[in-house]
Amino acid sequence: MLIFHGGSSIAPEMRSPEALQAHMQKWFAWVEKLRKEGRYLSGEPLEPTGKMVSGKKKLVTDGPFAEGKEVVGGFFIIEAKDINEATELAKDCPDFIYDGAVQVRPVQKM
Amino acid sequence: MARSENVQQLTGHLFRHEAGKMAAVLARILGSDRLEVAEDIVQDTLIKAMETWGFKGVPENPSGWLYAVAKNKALDFIRSRQRHEQIHSEIAKAIHSEWSLPSSVNGLFLESEIEDSQLRMMFAACHPSIQEESQIALTLKILGGLSVREIANAFLTNEETIQKRIARAKEKLRDEKISLEIPSPQFLSSRIDAVLKVLYLLFNEGYHPSQSDQLLREDLCEEAMRLTYLLIQNLVTRQPKVLALMALMCLQVSRFDARKCSDGFISLEQQDRSRWSKELMNKGFGLLEQASVGNELSEYHLEAAIAAVHMKAVSFADTNWNRLLILYDILAQLKPGPIIELNRAIAIGYAKSYREGLEELRKINELESNHFYHAALGNFFWLLKDRDHAERSYSNALSIATTSADKDFLRKKIDEIQLSK
Repeated sequence: MLIFHGGSSIAPEMRSPEALQAHMQKWFAWVEKLRKEGRYLSGEPLEPTGKMVSGKKKLVTDGPFAEGKEVVGGFFIIEAKDINEATELAKDCPDFIYDGAVQVRPVQKM
Repeated sequence: MARSENVQQLTGHLFRHEAGKMAAVLARILGSDRLEVAEDIVQDTLIKAMETWGFKGVPENPSGWLYAVAKNKALDFIRSRQRHEQIHSEIAKAIHSEWSLPSSVNGLFLESEIEDSQLRMMFAACHPSIQEESQIALTLKILGGLSVREIANAFLTNEETIQKRIARAKEKLRDEKISLEIPSPQFLSSRIDAVLKVLYLLFNEGYHPSQSDQLLREDLCEEAMRLTYLLIQNLVTRQPKVLALMALMCLQVSRFDARKCSDGFISLEQQDRSRWSKELMNKGFGLLEQASVGNELSEYHLEAAIAAVHMKAVSFADTNWNRLLILYDILAQLKPGPIIELNRAIAIGYAKSYREGLEELRKINELESNHFYHAALGNFFWLLKDRDHAERSYSNALSIATTSADKDFLRKKIDEIQLSK
């Protein structure tokens, strides 16, 4: 699983519709590539806000749960041989130029 | 969400164009004193599109998707504010009734209303109380969907300067309570003049570049044409001078490819005329014909007519100089300036005699640093067989020419003169 943190949407360069569209095209190209290689299984963008339920008292609090660079923007489930290969694939994420980060986590097998 | 294989390529400037449309509609909903809010909503909407489309693919109706998101964000804003502050806009009344609010907002996102909103915004941005450079910056920002950085690049200035110009324009809109409306008939013509001036400057900025990002400069021309076209589509603003400006733009743009060289531009005389775009030329001729009604003769009529004379000639030698001279005579009265005098003098030289052309050229004294001026002098000296003066003038031109095409042309001329001696 690739979990995307921070990145393009908060970058000052993104105050340009033209730049936004160009950046989105890069995402399309990346997803397309993963798809063609049969590696892309699914992916979802996440809203920046939500609720958190926690503790014995099931205390409900409002998100956001992190600020700026830490915010999770979405995730991909991809198919990879091992963590190393998945990490290499993650390096193609277009968001790094805007200071984004990708968490690479193997999904536990039964 | 459609995630078929081939929908992942969006049309050219979809985001930029939709940004302009949404900003205009939102400004109409929220009032001209809340342009920042409108811009923020547009920005948030596009970010949301980028984030979700990047994952899920482009929706079947991308524009409709954007409008739906922007609409909801606008409604959220209005609902969160209406108890505390007044919203100054034409739909302010509807805003006080939750029952009619969504339908009023929906109505403004219909295609015909979007165009209307863009026109209203154009008239507001080009309001006479706003300084010209601020009018241009605001027009590009709000209606063109360009970022401050892109505008700064296009005008070879820094972001801070553009930011200030835009801020001043917004301040005026607020302070003068400039409403977003199509001007009433008695003011319409003069307000259209103000809009046309901005569109003309915008176009020229793209067409006569100093040195900068070439692509973006062509975008400026495209943007100017797109906004001019909006004026043409509306029957109230479709005036002959608007058609004339559009004709001028089409004729100029038809030469885009033919005048390009690796480090600048090829002058009209040296262009390969077979590379002019027939389609745009014919469009330009057609528009100019449509513009030739009524009794107003604008500078755009004249400039378009001058361009048309050049473009109807199959070669430089074939140019109808008598007609050009008539047009330049009128233009010189309407809009005096040294460049027009230069062109008028050249027309005199070819229409009457080289001697008279030369005399007219010598009367101009503001173009010492213009290489076309010196080349024109050299040309008439050469045609009058005054080789020494011709060589000197061409050498002066060569010393200030900037592009390789111009330099090559001038060197060839000088060689030719030296060989003939």
